Amino acid sequence: MPMTLTEKILARHAALDAVEPGQIINAKVDLVLANELSAAVAIGVMRQMKGADRVFDREKIALVEDHFVPAKDAQSAKIAKLMKDFAIEQNIKHFFDVGRGGIEHVVLPEEGLVAPGELIVGGDSHTCTYGAFGAFATGMGSTDIAAAFVLGEVWLKVPASIKLIYSGEPGEMVFAKDIMLKTVGTLGIDGATYRAIEYHGTTVDELSITGRITMANMAIEAGAKNGIFHADAKTIAYVEERTDRDFILEKADPDARYEREIEIDIGSLEPQVACPHTPDNVHSISEVTRDEILVDQVFIGSCTNGYIEDLRIVAKILDGKKIDSRLRVIVNPGSQKVWMQAAEEGVLGKLAAAGCVVNTPGCGACFGGHMGTLGDGERCISTTNRNYVGRMGSPKAEVYLASPATCAVSALTGRITDPRVEAAVTA
Amino acid sequence: MQASLRGHAHKYGKNVDTDVIIPGKYCNIIDIAELGKHAMEGLDPEYTSRMKPGDVIVADSNFGCGSSREVAPIAIKGSGTSAVIAKSFARIFYRNALNIGLPIFESPEAVDAVESGDELEIEPAGGVIRNLTKNETYTAAAFPPFMQSLIDAGGLQPYVERRLAEKA
Repeated sequence: MPMTLTEKILARHAALDAVEPGQIINAKVDLVLANELSAAVAIGVMRQMKGADRVFDREKIALVEDHFVPAKDAQSAKIAKLMKDFAIEQNIKHFFDVGRGGIEHVVLPEEGLVAPGELIVGGDSHTCTYGAFGAFATGMGSTDIAAAFVLGEVWLKVPASIKLIYSGEPGEMVFAKDIMLKTVGTLGIDGATYRAIEYHGTTVDELSITGRITMANMAIEAGAKNGIFHADAKTIAYVEERTDRDFILEKADPDARYEREIEIDIGSLEPQVACPHTPDNVHSISEVTRDEILVDQVFIGSCTNGYIEDLRIVAKILDGKKIDSRLRVIVNPGSQKVWMQAAEEGVLGKLAAAGCVVNTPGCGACFGGHMGTLGDGERCISTTNRNYVGRMGSPKAEVYLASPATCAVSALTGRITDPRVEAAVTA
Repeated sequence: MQASLRGHAHKYGKNVDTDVIIPGKYCNIIDIAELGKHAMEGLDPEYTSRMKPGDVIVADSNFGCGSSREVAPIAIKGSGTSAVIAKSFARIFYRNALNIGLPIFESPEAVDAVESGDELEIEPAGGVIRNLTKNETYTAAAFPPFMQSLIDAGGLQPYVERRLAEKA
């Protein structure tokens, strides 16, 4: 039976010859991820399960302290410690504390814990990020994660797949983030609910690994269960540099069945912005900039755009200039390794000289946790992935989502600005 | 057999996301009662002071979209809300709600007909929703057989324990 890439990976992990959409399967997992928030609840659930004293495989679990760390208060310290104690008790191989990790979805690929064809579940909705590497990866809640911790398997309903075919070369100042915002705007925030997204086309073939990460990361913003790219030479080079584990390369069959096929032309795409208060409220930059939209904060970072490639773009735009005096810019390198590389390349120095504050890696600002929380009436343009009411703090704040370039240029002018407008850059 | 659920409806729109169900700043809380104090705070800060135990959240499509935070259904349950009726649920929320024992029902018919303040009585077993104020009856979509078998078994925990015993 012809199968999509998602179906092939699921079939193999369920030890079946074939699967079809709607089928319930029991699938073996290659990696189970949790952060201190999802782990705190999952560990509690696991403690209540009879016979569930040990995790199924101490080498196939990754625990990353990233949401409220360094601990913002005693309660946050308590749950961080709860996960750390569990990691020690269970002798978990891949435990990342502050200073050795960063944002989970940035850390796992860096550490060689993600490879094509693998099945990964995580207690975080942006676990779908690993689809960038040709893995099936999906987010789950803590009870499901507790079950995966002890069983090494999960029950899944095989999703129908949506094939997205991108063509055209991105224009000036158009990046993977713009392509994905356009995609979420096209599908809508529930347009891919219960579905797998399979990314195809010449445009995405040309994207860097970081660009694919940005796109896979936001599959959940259309409600998708997972978003997946086919692994290619770039993927293989990235993964082989970080692990010597064997992996299986699979391809969707040419006659695989897709629920929908959508062609998206990127050639004429402008930089995109998701306006408040949903990630699918997406408009072209020229439309958004018709009104003057002043901002109080610019945020650069997150599991969507906290990579060295993103920081380089921002540093290039801000190099030798000063950010607008009315706003603050918070930069959050995605991981310790990104932070170190950015320091080594002089990127952090350029950002700091321009007036940005460079934070420690973590998720805090993106979800309104700490280190960049917005107050009543404040407006932020951000490289993150969500802009729901209250997402970054006050329910009376507004969040606009855009690429690192659009955010950087807006930092110079103090208002949402088209990165293609040269005058803005030299202001 | 689950007991029937009864309370007044609190109606909301579509795409009620997990950030408004339980804002990020509360996600380091584990205590159910404490989480319950902040249920729906991002969307309706008065919800927990206005609602009475047993009340029902009635919302349009895609309820619970966004984050995988299991504290979202836990907070709703902790507030004393007896059930959520929606036209549809986001995928992760749906799994989480069933896993933690928050009764959820898909019924576009009920969502269209019910108004805030209507008194509802739900029979979980048959998915029957009675509107005592309007004297109407609606039906909820049946759970897929696999989900129903998990619910009947008492949730994911007994399922996991059985699988562990099989493997031992």
